[in-house]
Amino acid sequence: MNGIPMEHGLVLAAILFTLGFAGLICRRNMVFVLMSLEVMLNAAALAFIVGGTAWGQPEGQAMFLLVITLAAAEASVGLALLIQLHHRFKSLDVDAANRMRG
Amino acid sequence: MSLLPLTFLLPLVGTLILALSRGTLNARASAVVGVASVGLAALVTAWVGWTFRADGGTGVDMTLWTWLSVGDFQPAIGLRLDGLSLTMLSIITGVGFLIHLFAAWYMRGESGVTRFYAYMNLFVFSMILLVLGDNVLLLYLGWEGVGLCSYLLIGYYYQTSANGWAAFKAFIVTRLGDVFLAIGLFLLFRALGTLNIAEILARAPEVWNEGSLEVQLAALLILGGALGKSAQLPLHTWLADAMAGPTPVSALIHAATMVTAGVYLIARMHGIFELAPTVLYLVGLIGALTLLMAGFAALAQTDIKRVLAYSTMSQIGYMFLALGVGAYDAAIFHLMTHAFFKALLFLSAGAVIVSCHHEQDMRRLGGLWRRLPLAYAGFVVGGAALAALPLVTAGFYSKDEILWEAWAAGNGGLMLAGLVGAFLTSLYTLRLIIGTFHGEMKSDNARHAEPGRGLVHGLPLVVLALLSTFIGAGIHPPLEGVLPSGPGADAHGVGHTVLGIFAAAASLGGLGLAAWLFLKRRRWLAERVAGGWEARLWRLWNQAWGFDIAYDRLLVRPYRGLVHVLRNDIIDRLVLVAGWMAWLSHRGLSYTQSGKLRLYATSMALGVTVILLVLVLGG
Repeated sequence: MNGIPMEHGLVLAAILFTLGFAGLICRRNMVFVLMSLEVMLNAAALAFIVGGTAWGQPEGQAMFLLVITLAAAEASVGLALLIQLHHRFKSLDVDAANRMRG
Repeated sequence: MSLLPLTFLLPLVGTLILALSRGTLNARASAVVGVASVGLAALVTAWVGWTFRADGGTGVDMTLWTWLSVGDFQPAIGLRLDGLSLTMLSIITGVGFLIHLFAAWYMRGESGVTRFYAYMNLFVFSMILLVLGDNVLLLYLGWEGVGLCSYLLIGYYYQTSANGWAAFKAFIVTRLGDVFLAIGLFLLFRALGTLNIAEILARAPEVWNEGSLEVQLAALLILGGALGKSAQLPLHTWLADAMAGPTPVSALIHAATMVTAGVYLIARMHGIFELAPTVLYLVGLIGALTLLMAGFAALAQTDIKRVLAYSTMSQIGYMFLALGVGAYDAAIFHLMTHAFFKALLFLSAGAVIVSCHHEQDMRRLGGLWRRLPLAYAGFVVGGAALAALPLVTAGFYSKDEILWEAWAAGNGGLMLAGLVGAFLTSLYTLRLIIGTFHGEMKSDNARHAEPGRGLVHGLPLVVLALLSTFIGAGIHPPLEGVLPSGPGADAHGVGHTVLGIFAAAASLGGLGLAAWLFLKRRRWLAERVAGGWEARLWRLWNQAWGFDIAYDRLLVRPYRGLVHVLRNDIIDRLVLVAGWMAWLSHRGLSYTQSGKLRLYATSMALGVTVILLVLVLGG
């Protein structure tokens, strides 16, 4: 991985995070919302890898494993919610579930 | 004598058991607890009275503990037993026990019996504190306690809103007097530096000259309190409406004990009133006016209990009259006999009311004497005592004493008012008895009357009936040394006998006129009252001289109008601004809770960005 400057890696991570975030706030379909979340998580994980490599520390990769595990857990809960959403509202629109508005 | 605190602790324990049972006691158990606590208190009172006699009537002072201690202000929970408080204590527990016993019959099948007995026991507790307290603060505690219990028990049948209003009225009108009393007590404390009654009476002549402005003011304020509690002019309007409560309540609170607290207060504070002869004269004047006013009002009532209520006012008027001429012992004597015969009359009225399926209008009763012999006997004996039938009744002796004292004090006007009052009393008493028990039965409720049975129903009536005769007059309250003797104490002679004959003539004349009017000339009377000026007079008396209407026009409505205006004043608006602010920010914040997940995410990201910017730029 030598030769790739840290800035490039971090900029990539920031771009990925922004893309994911844009997807999160723009898409109403819950499947895409979950996918955007995955992108954001992976962007954060990439930042860890880049940082760990730049400083030659193993913790970056340890954090990556942690993020992957977290993403898996998040995906399973998210998919369960997705099924419930579809079951209750017959739609995947997250804005349909707004019964707790003030 | 160490048993003395038990007299009020027992009813307090009764109240606590009943109040804390939270509905786990059934009606029967509640009645047992309620009656037994007062019954035991009566036994303790008998023991206390016995030892009081055995000790030669010196009385007892007992300090239980110091209530609070702020500088010089150290009121104690202290008890003072002397002849006056022993008399009151015996009436409260003795008559109170009989009334509680009768209530066990009266309240059968009513809902909320536990509540009833809890209030009744609390009342007995407060009333005993009132008469036993050796300082005015404890007296005032009891004074407010009985007012509270009176309010609670008048509104006992709270499902009918009229009863709630009657309770309000009683509480507010007596509270008016209580405020006067409180200010009077402050005045006493400021001037004399003590709250102990014995010390007040001892120091008052040292600090004040007779007739000085300050002592007159203090006496006037104390009188104000007494007027409210004892339903005297002009604070008398609540008592007739207080009849909305259950009849045993009327017997205990609104005839025998609480309403006589004003008489007790003035007798207890006699030293202050002796220093203010003008106010003392005013006491007598108010008593005389009230006894005449209430006597006329009682003539024109149709509700049994309202007749008795106005007669109670009238009889307390006699007591005030006696106080006014300085005959304190005569007032207390009449207080005692009145407690006997008026409790008897109210309990007999209760017997009639329950037997006749809660019918208490004379126009729909009548002819009951054969069906309800015991209630009839109670009415005849109690009515005879009320009308002061000569020689055989307790009421004759006590009323005769008052008239004689008034005459001996050189106050012919008050004496004359008393005589006219005696005439009126026998007139309305016989009208009440004839209307309820004679003539034809005027409704199905009367025709289907079911006489009360059992010891619980009979015993209180019989005992009170015995006490209402000359037997009751034989009980002499041990008041020597506690209260100054009246002006006519040592001048019994021909004059007294002649006056007695006059009093007897007034009583018998009233009875004779009533018998003639209500038995022989009933039809003629009904025609006269149907129209013309007689009808107007009847209506005036039926409304008790229109005090209620006048107070409504002069006080209640302007007050309500004022309140309505003040509802929207500027200060109120300013206070409301705070409320508006809270409401607006609530609306704003609740608007952000849109339920849109994406909006939440956006705002969260914005927040994080702002924090990061602050950290980066600020750092």
